[in-house]
This record gives sequence, C-alpha cells and structure tokens, in this order.
Amino acid sequence: MLILETIRISLASIRSNLFRALLTMLGIIIGVAAVITMVALGTGAQRAIDEQMAALGGDILSIQSSSWFSHGIARNQATITTDDAMALATGSEHLSAVVPEITSRFQVKYGNKNLNLTTVGTTPNYPAVHGFEIAYGVKSSAADEAARRRVVVLGAEIPGMFDADAAALIGRTVQIRAISFQVIGVFAPKGGSGWRNPDTYIWIPLSTAQFRVTGNEYVSTISAKVADTSTVSMAMLEIERVLRREHGILPGKDNDFAIMNRKQFAESRQQATEVFTYLLAGIAGVSLVVGGIGIMNIMLVTVTERTREIGVRKALGATKGNILLQFLVESTILCVLGGLLGLALGAGAAALLAKYAGWQTVVTTQSAMIAFGCSAAIGLIFGIWPARRAAQLDPIDALRHE
Amino acid sequence: MGAEFIDALRCVDLDVRTNEYLAIMGQSGSGKSTLMNIIGCLERPTAGEYWLNDERVSDMSDRALAHVRNQAIGFVFQTFNLLPRMTALANVEVPLIYSGMKRRERMEQSQLALETVGLGDRMQHRPSELSGGQRQRVAIARALVTEPSILLADEPTGNLDSSTGREIMGLFERLHADGNTLIVVTHEQSIADHANRVVRLSDGDIVSDTEQ
Repeated sequence: MLILETIRISLASIRSNLFRALLTMLGIIIGVAAVITMVALGTGAQRAIDEQMAALGGDILSIQSSSWFSHGIARNQATITTDDAMALATGSEHLSAVVPEITSRFQVKYGNKNLNLTTVGTTPNYPAVHGFEIAYGVKSSAADEAARRRVVVLGAEIPGMFDADAAALIGRTVQIRAISFQVIGVFAPKGGSGWRNPDTYIWIPLSTAQFRVTGNEYVSTISAKVADTSTVSMAMLEIERVLRREHGILPGKDNDFAIMNRKQFAESRQQATEVFTYLLAGIAGVSLVVGGIGIMNIMLVTVTERTREIGVRKALGATKGNILLQFLVESTILCVLGGLLGLALGAGAAALLAKYAGWQTVVTTQSAMIAFGCSAAIGLIFGIWPARRAAQLDPIDALRHE
Repeated sequence: MGAEFIDALRCVDLDVRTNEYLAIMGQSGSGKSTLMNIIGCLERPTAGEYWLNDERVSDMSDRALAHVRNQAIGFVFQTFNLLPRMTALANVEVPLIYSGMKRRERMEQSQLALETVGLGDRMQHRPSELSGGQRQRVAIARALVTEPSILLADEPTGNLDSSTGREIMGLFERLHADGNTLIVVTHEQSIADHANRVVRLSDGDIVSDTEQ
C-alpha cells in the first residue's frame, strides 16, 4: 500500500525533472547497453565456434607436413605422401578412415567465367568423413579414382559464382588449369568454418590431381577419422609411430609432420573467446558502476534540493523509513528505467553489428536478466547513501533549510 | 570546539486543555520556537516531561514521535511549506498517506478539509497558482485533515498582508468554535488578541499566563 504511494511519489518527482532524470540515467543506459552488446558479441563468437566444432567433428585428426630446421634455416617442405596415407589406412587399429587431400588454388573456367578456386584432390571417402551431402548428381567413385577420371564435384556456392543453375551444370565441362573436367555433382551447403568456406571449393579425384594436375605424390593434408572418440590420444600416438617408421625418422629426431586435433584447436579458441567475453563484459561493467556513481551524485543533489520537502514530510508524520524508502525507490526506478532503455539500445547495437559488420551476435535472455538485475541492484546500492542522508535529516533543520 | 549549549527553555510549566485557543508570545530568542518544536514533537526536551493525550511523548522513539506528529499534531507554518509540484488536494493528502489510509477515503477526507477552509473550487491547483492566503488555507486544510489534537501555527500570518491575515485569523476562530485546540506562536499582539489565553516567554521562562 505505502510502497505503491512511494512509487507514485517517485514517478511524479522524476517526471517533474525529466531532462535531468534522462541525463542521470545516461550512465546506466550506456553501461547496460555496453554490457548487452559486448556479451552479445562474445556469445555470438562462441556460438560461431560451437557451430564450427559441430561441423568439424571431434574425431577428425589432421596430419600435415611440418616445417623443420636445417642448419638453422626453417624449411617448409612437403613430406606427407599418398604412401603415408596407405600405411595409415592399413597399419592402424584406431582409425576408421584415412583421407588424403591435395589442396591448391587453380584457375577454373566455365563459359566465359574464370575463377581462382581452392581445388581439393581426394579419395571417395572424403564426403562421408567430412560430413558433405550431395545435392545434385553423384559423388566421385572408386572407379573415378582408379581411372584418374577428369570429373569434378562442386561446392554449393560454385554454381552461383558461375551464374549457372546447379542442376543444369551436371554433365557440363569446366576447365581446371586448362584441363577439361566433367561436372558430376554439386554438394549441399555445409557452412563456413571460421575464415574458410568449403562451399566455395571444388573436388577432384586424388589420382587425377596427382597425375594430371600437380604431378607429384605429396599431399597437403591427411584427415584421419578416429574409430572411437575416447581413444583420440591413442590414435595420435599410433599415427606418430606409423609415420616415423614410414619416414625413417631416427629416435631422438623431430617429427617432420604435425598431427592436429582440430577439435582441440577449436576448444582452445573457444576458451580464448570466453576469456575475451568476460574481459569485454568486465570493462562494460565498469561503465555500469560509473553510471551508478552518477546516480548517487544526482540523488545527493536531489536530497539537498529537497531538504525542505523532507522536513515538511517529517513534520507531517513521515518516519525515517518512509523517507529512506522514497529515495531508494526513486534511485531504483531511475536505474531500472535506464536499464530498460540500455537493454533496448544494446539489443539494437547488437542487431546493427550483426547486420552491417557481419558479426554474429546473440542477445540471450540470461544476459538481459543479468544486466537488468545489475542496474536495479546499482540503483539500490548507490541509492542507499543519499537515501540515508535524507532519512537522517533533523526535521527542524530541514524545515529551516532555504 | 563544538556547539555551545544554551538553555532555550528553563522552568516551563504549561497545561493546555482541549479546545483552548492559546497564543505563545515572545521576542526572538525567548525560546518560543523551542517550545513550539517540543509541543509539535519535532524535538524532545533535554529534561522534563511532555504529556500529550495521557501519553508521555518526551521519551518516545523517533518512529513513535513521527506517528504522534501524524495523528495528534497539525502544523501550520509561516511559509506555508506546501510541496510545490503537487496539487492542493495532493498536498492535503500527504499526512493521510503516512497514516496508511486507503486512497478513496483519503481523497474524500482531503476534499472535505479543503471545503472546510473554503477552497472547494481550487483542489486541482498547484501552490504556484494560488494566492498567499489560499496557500495558507491549503496548509490549514492539510493540518486539519487528520483531525489532530492540537493545531499548531507558527506565525501563520507572517507572510500575508493584513487583510488576508485577518481572514486566516477568522478561519482560526471558526475552527476554535468547532472544538479544535489551537496554539498560535507569534510576536504580534494583534494576532495574540484573538486567543483566549496568552503565554509570554522571555529568556526561556514564562513571564505571564493570562486568560482573556
């Protein structure tokens, strides 16, 4: 009952000085908006990585040539071959699939369009291991591989880049490095993982790539699928053992290859993003505290300005508690209103960033609730001192105050 | 260093009966403000007792004193002390808010009080839209609305011209006739002449107490 009256009195007092109330709220508005936007950015980045991780699959290991040092000079030399892939496929217990990949960029021509595209030469089990689905036509087969056929499967965005209809492209011919290839299929969209977008890649049989396009037996990457995700580290040890034997590396010498667990890589990026999110939210939180101090400052001014009113109210029977409540409610209302406006501003900023900067942003109810709760708490905490000062005023002094 | 303590009041022994119309007179510094503050329960005497309606208020807690001010005292100030951003009606409602009265009942009672002081047609006006006399009437309505035991007026005509002052004094006489107990603090003889009893203070002592 009295609390309703108190809220009414506070709203009336805020309304009577609306411009100042808005300026007072500005700190909270900016603080909350900053927290919401920063957390939205962080959450968005994290979600992007999550999606990426789901796309990666935790059971895929990448084996690549590593740079090594010869007489103090870093050499970046291809060391991984198709033979290594064969050895891994036959000689390991923990791997269920081994996919060698030769990745390079080539000029690809269709009609009068000439594009520079990432071309992946690989084996027929590539789509299954990396989770690609065929949308039109067919995947390349073991027969294509065996016969080194000049066939190509396109990423989902390639037909658009050639201004052609995906279905109509099947059976047509494209020129890769001036060699004619027949389009046999188009993959369904897979989505980008970070800066790479596999939807803009094209795929040809490994043997074709080796013997007709690149002309050597080195591969860029071998992807290995671990049979059981609980044995990833065992699988990594096994790969190391097999490859050291293949490469004839003596004990004590360094590997000339590197095994990467892409999920581990993504996880470390995820942790980094999380830390970054907390950091940003923390900095934004500081502005929220500064906003709270602004509220306190204005409330102190308000108490001084309204000393006489406080005296009158006390003479008319207001207890200390009544006065305390009135000023606390007022500062809390200021903060809550500021919090709501800040929430709208922050959500708007996040939406704008998503639209124009292309950053993924996610405003969660959780972050909204936290920011809102924080602003209410700030109103209470930073309102206590001014409200106590008001409540402690001696009614006689307050009535005499000019 | 520190505040110097002065005995503003010394041996004041004062009995005020129901429906009395009492004027407290004295020069400035005579202690009349202190006496008024004690009667109005705004401060407690450092020594001695103050009984109001068979209750010893002189050693009550702040909270209890606030309650007594709300229920038993109606203040009328020299400078009116209306809350400037609120209408006349809302001003009169303030004490009833603190006594916890329901909204509808509060409005009715406040309207009644404003009608009693002759401002039935000015309820929705803000103090800035009212004349000095009208403002003091609003303040009197605010003091009356809780039906207090004492209506305590501090130089009620001090900020008014003489004809408006006479109007206000006429209103006081009517309120006295209606059965209210009035205490008026003043230094003007013409104001004190309206009262039935005049107490004069000088240097913290009662120097005369006359019925008239």
